[in-house]
Amino acid sequence: MHQHLQLTEQGKLKHFLSIEGLNKHLLTEILDTAESFTGISEHQVKKVPLLRGKTIVNLFFENSTRTRTTFELAATRLSADVLNINIATSATSKGESLLDTIRNLEAMHVDMFVVRHALSGAAHFIAQHTAPHISVINAGDGQHAHPTQAMLDMFTIRQHKKQFEGLKVAIVGDILHSRVARSQILALNTLGVAEVRVIAPKTLLPAHVRSMGVIPLHDMSEGLSDVDVIIMLRLQKERMNSAFLPSESEFFKCYGLTETKLLRAKPNAIVMHPGPINRGVEIASNVADGPQSVVLEQVSNGIAVRMAIMTMTLGHHGGTA
Amino acid sequence: MTKILIENGRIIDPANAIDAVGSLCIADGKILQVLNPPADFTPDLTIDAKEHIVCPGFIDLSARLREPGHSHKGSIKSETRAALSAGVTSLCLPPDTKPCIDSPAVVEYIKDKAEAADYPQVLSIGALTQRLDGTELSSMFALKQAGCIAVSNAHAPLGNLLILRRAMEYASSHGLLLMYRANEAALSGKGCAHEGAMASQYGLPGIPVAAESIALAQALELAQLTGCRMHISQISCKQSVIKIQQAKKYGLNVTADVAIHQLHLSENDVRPFDSHYHVIPPFRSEEDGHYLREGLSNGTIDAICSDHQPHDLDAKLGAFPETEPGIASLETLLSLTLELTTLHRIGLNKVLASLTQKPAAILGLQAGALTPEFSADVCIFDPKLHWEVNEQTWHSTGRNTPYWQQSLIGKVTHTLQGGRLLYKFRNR
Repeated sequence: MHQHLQLTEQGKLKHFLSIEGLNKHLLTEILDTAESFTGISEHQVKKVPLLRGKTIVNLFFENSTRTRTTFELAATRLSADVLNINIATSATSKGESLLDTIRNLEAMHVDMFVVRHALSGAAHFIAQHTAPHISVINAGDGQHAHPTQAMLDMFTIRQHKKQFEGLKVAIVGDILHSRVARSQILALNTLGVAEVRVIAPKTLLPAHVRSMGVIPLHDMSEGLSDVDVIIMLRLQKERMNSAFLPSESEFFKCYGLTETKLLRAKPNAIVMHPGPINRGVEIASNVADGPQSVVLEQVSNGIAVRMAIMTMTLGHHGGTA
Repeated sequence: MTKILIENGRIIDPANAIDAVGSLCIADGKILQVLNPPADFTPDLTIDAKEHIVCPGFIDLSARLREPGHSHKGSIKSETRAALSAGVTSLCLPPDTKPCIDSPAVVEYIKDKAEAADYPQVLSIGALTQRLDGTELSSMFALKQAGCIAVSNAHAPLGNLLILRRAMEYASSHGLLLMYRANEAALSGKGCAHEGAMASQYGLPGIPVAAESIALAQALELAQLTGCRMHISQISCKQSVIKIQQAKKYGLNVTADVAIHQLHLSENDVRPFDSHYHVIPPFRSEEDGHYLREGLSNGTIDAICSDHQPHDLDAKLGAFPETEPGIASLETLLSLTLELTTLHRIGLNKVLASLTQKPAAILGLQAGALTPEFSADVCIFDPKLHWEVNEQTWHSTGRNTPYWQQSLIGKVTHTLQGGRLLYKFRNR
């Protein structure tokens, strides 16, 4: 179903909603396209006219300065017009209003929605109900998917490790609530890594986590042993209030990434984090700023990867300018 | 009054252990004779039921009609038409209308509307607690006097176990059946899907099996303690089947039903983010489905209900977690029930008993059987008729079904209620 929804009949990207249903060839094409955009940010004139005349709407039902900014920068560098709409989600906001919002914006002849929403499946819903000429990019829906974040992480991994075959990757922290982790797991397995481990207490792992194609572990030293890539996830503070965890300090003791724990990994292992970092909760400052950390590279790669996905989705219906 | 002869049909009446081809005679709104028509019987109307099955009208333990309070989703008129077209001649209406069925006035209102809709057998289930808020007991005696067939708190949680205990004691003092939907709200939380592989993968908040089985275990203990006659509504998992089986084995007077779609669909059938699959309790694992069918087959589960919940279009338009749960399921009830006999090899007489004899016994009704002198509530169906679920064949206002535009086998062709032919299928 995802396949039908996000791909054209020719198998090209129409929407970008989830990694599910996308094959290795397509993911590699995204990474290669992103590669071709990396130079642009270093030019004096940081713009290419690929999406000139296109209107892209950042439709954020959930606050996020970071993700929205990178999407905005990506769109601007492709010479598109960008409209930012922040709709704070209230408990009363219902499906009708979601659909009404979409209909209203459609009437303004926009070409793309970049959607972030607090509920799983929201981007799919919009893609199903929007006009056929509009592309939808999922910028995070509930606990389901955050596929552009996953792709920029894949891009960063490929920059450092050259290939995915044989890699052992550990994802540490709140897997249960993480849309980033779900998309990363799908992408890593599609691209052919050797092993994906998820490390967390059972309270922060989905009930049937093994069915996602990962090895669940509860002990950090065991989990980090011999890995090539460590992905730390952000821990939401509210998890302490709902009996997922006793305290931040205990979490840091068990699952925080310190220099000592990092020694368990391969010496050239890279440390990643989707940001924003809770220093001293998920990761010690000296590791976050240390030589193995690629956190800031992730941020700048985010722009190139989003440029790639925007041109690829808009490129296949209506053509590039 | 009209005399009706239904001839040449295969008459299946589980309550009277009848399964034979023959005639059914109806006079004065009542069953007159089965199999051997009296020599002097001169019918005003003859229905040829050749190659059809003739059985007692179905009794549905849970069908929401959306009136009063949610008339944009359906009405007593529209949904009882759907019921008749599904062969359902009596149905229980859960108390979560708006206002809820916690006063005799609401029961009267529903009775009036049902009579105006020419479907008198809408059986109101009274609210167990006032406003269904789970804290104060409703006036159960008054509700019973007004005509409530049972009491229930529907999907609304009860404040604590003491309230459930008191409610059981009070309901049983007045000889009222307590219908209970087992759900520990703290464990199901904001869940919208079975806590399994599908929910894990799609990041949907999950409802663990234990949310149902823990609440069920507690309720069974309290039924034992209080002697309350309890019926468990819409179970969904293996653990519940096992617990009910044990309770029955040790002599507890408890019964249970399952919603028809739970016997067919599992989490693996849920198309990602398709809100038509959003139901509560959620579609569970293949193994749970297997145990439910096994439970139906061995008698642990007594009855099949439709758990009909029609919705307006908007209710299902949105991101999966925010859509309203429920399926408009009256009209697919027969086809899906027949599929149990073909796909899962459960006997036809057995599944028909779970729609007729068994629910009648649970409710203590003189119905669900073709016994002479019983009201002539009869369903005639063609077990081989192929039909498509679409706007031509559909009667309910709610079109929220995962079977929309699918082809199903088996269709009710005639429904008689109180000896009146109220529905006849026209292949439009």
